[in-house]
Amino acid sequence: MKLLTANLFRVAALALLLILLFRTDWLSFLLTPLTKNNAPAVYTQSSLPLLALGHLQLVLISIVGSAVVAILGGVFVTRRSGADFLPLSRAIANAGQTFPPVAVLALAVPAMGFGAGPTLVALFLYGLLPIFENTISGLRQVSPAVLDAADGMGMNPTQRLFQVELPLALPLIIEGVKVATVINIGTATIGSTVAAKGLGEVIIAGLISDNTAFILQGGLIVGLMALLIYDAVGLVESAMTRRMGLRTA
Amino acid sequence: MSMIDIRNVTKRYGDTTVVDNVSMAVEKGEITVIVGTSGSGKSTLIRMINRLVPMTSGEIRVGGRNVADVPETELRRNIGYVIQGNGLFPHRTVAQNIATVPQLLGWERGRIDARVDELLGLFNLDPRSFAKKYPHQLSGGEQQRVGVARALAAGPEVLIMDEPFGALDPVIRGKAQDDLLAIQKQFGTTIILVTHDMDEAFHLGNRIAVMRGGRLLQYSTPEKIITEPADPFVQQLTGTTDRALKRMSLLPLTSGMAPAKAGLDHGLPQSLSLRDALAEMIWQGIDEAAVENEKKAAIGSISMSHLLELGRKE
Repeated sequence: MKLLTANLFRVAALALLLILLFRTDWLSFLLTPLTKNNAPAVYTQSSLPLLALGHLQLVLISIVGSAVVAILGGVFVTRRSGADFLPLSRAIANAGQTFPPVAVLALAVPAMGFGAGPTLVALFLYGLLPIFENTISGLRQVSPAVLDAADGMGMNPTQRLFQVELPLALPLIIEGVKVATVINIGTATIGSTVAAKGLGEVIIAGLISDNTAFILQGGLIVGLMALLIYDAVGLVESAMTRRMGLRTA
Repeated sequence: MSMIDIRNVTKRYGDTTVVDNVSMAVEKGEITVIVGTSGSGKSTLIRMINRLVPMTSGEIRVGGRNVADVPETELRRNIGYVIQGNGLFPHRTVAQNIATVPQLLGWERGRIDARVDELLGLFNLDPRSFAKKYPHQLSGGEQQRVGVARALAAGPEVLIMDEPFGALDPVIRGKAQDDLLAIQKQFGTTIILVTHDMDEAFHLGNRIAVMRGGRLLQYSTPEKIITEPADPFVQQLTGTTDRALKRMSLLPLTSGMAPAKAGLDHGLPQSLSLRDALAEMIWQGIDEAAVENEKKAAIGSISMSHLLELGRKE
């Protein structure tokens, strides 16, 4: 029963997202009451699927960048040779998270000009911390007995890392990537203020022309994408942990 | 030449000496058990054999080669290693766990699969149902058996075991100990095993080493440990109240029997120890019994008075 309702919810969310992207006019009966002075209820200035695609592209590129840097960093500071760098790396990752993305945009635009560049930098910095911290805790929660066995079997440090440590840390690393991705799907909307292609455009258009219907469309699409991606990654994650018997999810 | 030769080995952490100038030799095909309380340095000592712990001074030779001259990974792949709580890789199946060392050694797929099946069979784990299971799906006893199978996968000459049965309940532990003895007999593996359980030491060891505070107090046969304890601590470990029975449990019935006699109503299997024979005769209320082989033919006899004599201190 629980499974049924969960899947029902998933299908409904997916259906609503697809309607919003490809058949928005089906919803005009709901959206029209939100407009004033006969303003258009459905955003048509550019194609919503293309904006969503551009939006996801920004998120994907930035997350891949964050993941590569944060995972490499997390691995490095958990090695004996890198342990001294842990406090410094933590400080950098924390700064990336606390520094507001809007401020990053303001600083990056003069250097990089308008477009996707500054947004990617802001999203990249924003995604570092969750992935970095989860990589560290993932590597640290590997049981000492398992590491002892890996050494005792005669694995060299590289074999130990790739055959034992990373596979066992993977569920937590994926969790970090999931959190960073969801945060960045929301945060990427601010990219539209510096002319990066994304769904922020719809929301900003709504704000400028005082059109709640636009704001709702943009917001809903962003929200549903975040929700569905969170859910999908969560499924992968729990399948992995179940297999290893780490948690009974 | 001894299989494992430990010479004047010392391990210090800062000012603390954990292993203090220990020398001992383990003969090929024997089981040596190191007993001691926690903090006695017994685990540290055996972890220096496969260089999981670097030694401060001294020398260890395995099969005649100085371990310091062998690359760490090569050394460890040739020495089986079993730890308490087994340390199985939770993300790998039973078959993949057992295949760990053969894979590191670059064996061919077919040879690895055959070896895994062989070992699973040997440990009474049906390959069809167990090979694809994950460690968390196994019972504690099964996990322990997989841990030993993994250590034996590449056919090492030496097996190091650090409290291998510590996490098992008493019933399963006894069974695991008997399995180990049977497998050791089959492969002729030289085993060095660490425990804090004196009964386990007597059950398994051809020789017993007693350690305390980093020092090796006594290293001899189980019998000598009971009859000639070299240190009050050794005596305390073995206990004095039942030392007669403990020693009798180490001696086979065949070692104390008299020639076969006619007219005895009761028979005892020759596989019993002197202690088991005594217990059986008390239980049955008999004064004399025949000693029988597997075919129930009398090969000797034993009397109560002779048994009691055999249990007396020398």
